[in-house]
Amino acid sequence: MTPQDIQARLKTKFGDAIGDLVITPDAAKPTPKYYENFFTISPKVWREAAEYLKFDRELLFDGLMCVTGLDDKVKLTAVYNLYSYIHRHRITVKVEVTRDEPKMPSAQPVWMHADWMEREAYDLLGIVFEGHRDLRRVLLPEDWIGHPLRKDYVEPAEYRGIMTWRENLLGKLPGESYDPKTPIGGNQ
Amino acid sequence: MTTALKTEEITLNMGPQHPSTHGVIRFILKTDGEIIYECVPDVGYLHRSIEKIGEKVEWQSFIPYTDRVDYLASMNSNWAYSLAVERLAGIEVPRRAEFLRVIVGELGRITSHLIGAGALALDIGAATPFTHAIRDREMVNDLFERICGARLTFSFVYPGGVAYDAPPGWIEDVLEFCDYFEPRIEQFNALITYNKIFVKRLAGVAVIDTETAIDYGLVGPNLRASGFRFDLRRDEPYSVYPELDFDVPVGRGEVGVLGDCWDRFKCRVDEMKESLKIVRQACRMLPTDSAHKAKVKKILKPPKGEVYVRSESARGEMGFYLISDGTQNSVRTKIRTGSFSAMGVFPKVARGMMIADLIAVIASLDIVAPEIDR
Amino acid sequence: MFELAQYVVDKDFWPLSGLGVLGVSILLMIAVSVFLMHGFFMPIAGVMTFVERKIAGWTQARIGPNRVGPFGLFVILADGIKLILKEDIIPAAADRPLFKMAPYAVLGGAFMTMVIIPLGPNLIPVDLDLGILVYIAAGSFVTMGIVMSGWSSNNKWSTLGGARSVAQIISYEIPVGMALLPAVILTGSLSFQSMVLAQGWAPWQWTMFHNPGLFIATFVYFVAALAEINRTPFDIPEAESELVSGYNTEYSGMRFGMFFVAEFGNVVVISWITVLVFMGGWHFPGEQALVQNWFGGTWPTLVGALESGKAVQFGLFNLIGHATLMAKTVPLIILIVLLRWTLPRVRIDQLMDISWKYLTPMGMGATVMTAAYMIWPGWGPFPEGAGSGMALPRDMGPMRVWSFLLPVAFMAFCVGHALMASRYPWKPGRPSKIKPAEATS
Repeated sequence: MTPQDIQARLKTKFGDAIGDLVITPDAAKPTPKYYENFFTISPKVWREAAEYLKFDRELLFDGLMCVTGLDDKVKLTAVYNLYSYIHRHRITVKVEVTRDEPKMPSAQPVWMHADWMEREAYDLLGIVFEGHRDLRRVLLPEDWIGHPLRKDYVEPAEYRGIMTWRENLLGKLPGESYDPKTPIGGNQ
Repeated sequence: MTTALKTEEITLNMGPQHPSTHGVIRFILKTDGEIIYECVPDVGYLHRSIEKIGEKVEWQSFIPYTDRVDYLASMNSNWAYSLAVERLAGIEVPRRAEFLRVIVGELGRITSHLIGAGALALDIGAATPFTHAIRDREMVNDLFERICGARLTFSFVYPGGVAYDAPPGWIEDVLEFCDYFEPRIEQFNALITYNKIFVKRLAGVAVIDTETAIDYGLVGPNLRASGFRFDLRRDEPYSVYPELDFDVPVGRGEVGVLGDCWDRFKCRVDEMKESLKIVRQACRMLPTDSAHKAKVKKILKPPKGEVYVRSESARGEMGFYLISDGTQNSVRTKIRTGSFSAMGVFPKVARGMMIADLIAVIASLDIVAPEIDR
Repeated sequence: MFELAQYVVDKDFWPLSGLGVLGVSILLMIAVSVFLMHGFFMPIAGVMTFVERKIAGWTQARIGPNRVGPFGLFVILADGIKLILKEDIIPAAADRPLFKMAPYAVLGGAFMTMVIIPLGPNLIPVDLDLGILVYIAAGSFVTMGIVMSGWSSNNKWSTLGGARSVAQIISYEIPVGMALLPAVILTGSLSFQSMVLAQGWAPWQWTMFHNPGLFIATFVYFVAALAEINRTPFDIPEAESELVSGYNTEYSGMRFGMFFVAEFGNVVVISWITVLVFMGGWHFPGEQALVQNWFGGTWPTLVGALESGKAVQFGLFNLIGHATLMAKTVPLIILIVLLRWTLPRVRIDQLMDISWKYLTPMGMGATVMTAAYMIWPGWGPFPEGAGSGMALPRDMGPMRVWSFLLPVAFMAFCVGHALMASRYPWKPGRPSKIKPAEATS
């Protein structure tokens, strides 16, 4: 099925919760199959939509390839790249949440692959997936504060007593006029 | 006697430093000494925030970072990223470069499988197949050193082509390596693959059927071992793979159950044979009249858009999700690796098996830690 | 020892004779044990490490040590010096007395077994009447050492290694005993020297080919003894890739070296015992002629040879015997090393299976078969039936052709099948000379 058909099929089922199909501008010369065509799904219907995507006879997206978290300074997005091993078609779905309340239903009960993938999105971007059976940090230590891949992330000055920056040693060389107070590391 | 024997559960830490977790991974096991009741993997010891770095460096400068994502199949990681950037920026790759990419990609796959299969044998206790595998890998390392100067992390495949052309005599040496290596695979098989003790250790351990594999996102030889013949080189072909002729080996449940550790091991060994076929064809079909890289602007600024491209790396599907907003840095670089997904299957598969079997499972899923943590 | 001391006192070797028989005998015991220990057993264990590393290298398509000294032989010395010079680290929370004692227990157990083994017609430090029992008991000493080291390291992985090792060694004591039992029944004595004296130099005079039960018992003993000394494929307690070296993880320096030396000493010991008990020991063709010509028909003893002035012939006689023994032992040692570097490791439950379900019944069957063979009228050493008197050394009974040819034919068949009919039949020539099938284009 083409991405247009997939989007139309979901629109008939879920109505306004499905956004319009956005086709990546024609910069490259790929075959239409590899266009990254995506549409948004509202978090309110995401859980049902996920099940529909997986179990509907025409769609049968049994392979969740990748879950990516995005941050474009305004909102957070979770991008789901889906692939059907049976029908051999693919689609990309985006679910957008606000920065104040980054909660959305989890797709983990539908695709087990989302278990670790969503944990990573939570870890690095702070999107909270409700209904996930075990949402905790996967790549960073459990007591890390902050979500690094956000655009407004400021690295904490120290972690468990270890400084994350060090002073610039260049200033200590004789004859150097470098300002020793400029630290190395941290956020510049 | 009606009272049951009181046994205590101990929490074992198969810690970050351990000879047979392939890299720095930690498993927290609840066992009674031998049988595992619960296995929780704890990753993140090798997290280098490569994805955040991807937002700070330019598009071509990111290639050395992709090397370190999967250092055993470094060529394939470079290639996956280059495919994604080329699709974003609309770069067309000359034919000679495509064939050179195929040659080094498949040779890289051979080296990765040599270590993967050899490390599995080493963890099971046989030290010799590993050293034989390393010995053969040295040949490929020498070939790679001649073409790009490095032995482990190559940074050879760039968006637009490959970094250097093949030096004179290189192709003949590649063909000579293929002739040298093919009987060695049979020797490897004769030594370890059908060894009775080896088979008994691996047959029927951690059976993962196709449905579970797809649900948990397993890819590559892990998925093919359950009998499902899916290979990105054949089903979603990229580069010049449509012109090459090769088989896709799947697990057949020859000894034990379909989808067990032995099938994954055998899949990798068979894939090496197929890669040799591909390398021979590519060497023969290598065109001499096109360049080895395309003309790409120094400051590459792909137009706005996003792309998710996946290619068949040694560990399965390596996918790059890149978003560009027209500048020279990417907005988001997301790397999807096969080992990360394979970690998710441990709590399900490791229940009820012995610690020795857990070692076999870790090695048979061919996990490299940097792929998990990036 | 006392006879020799008496001889020394009688002959008035100044200044030794002044000490009296007791003094001289104590001195002799010390001298012999020092010489044996430091001049023979330890170097053998050391050379064994070199043999292992060289053969490991050749199996793995590389050269073993070849820089230190001629052909790399000094690497033994270098290894020993390195281990001694290392810092002795004891974990803070470890149980110090046990931690320190454990290597000695293991080392002691390994070397205790060496003093009862006859290395030549007269080269036996002490010929105990209970030789086999002492051997088995000393082997259990090692278990104690391993479990002490595992427990006292205060490390869950080491404890696991120690626990596994206890289970393994205790399980394999039984096949070891069961396999040695037929030979004991046959020769009527637990002493090693008597068992050797009951055999002859020709293969059909060996215990191994006496009856099919003993043939099975040879292999049962070999496999079970491999498991006793924690050698691959049974090296679970020290499984490097699973337990990071298991019970000797926390040991460093010479304490670790002692575990090492004990293991290699054990390899040599079990090879010796296999050869002595089952494969004819130190007998060499023509020894009866030599005994006749040199010593006038009576078996030589040290004091007798010294008194009759035949010390040189005595030494030569023992040397030839010892050389024969080593010639038969060295292939076994090489086999053990090759097994280590070729075969993967079995799992602990598979290990238990092998011991209890396969080796023990086979050993029992061998015992029963030997016993039946012994008392069956007309077959064994008692042609008139059991109870007709025993005198040592004993005749093993008339040679039964089939009893020798059947096992030989079986072994030839196994070798032939492995070479020709298995999945990967052997093709002469090096692998790179074997051309692959035509490559598909």
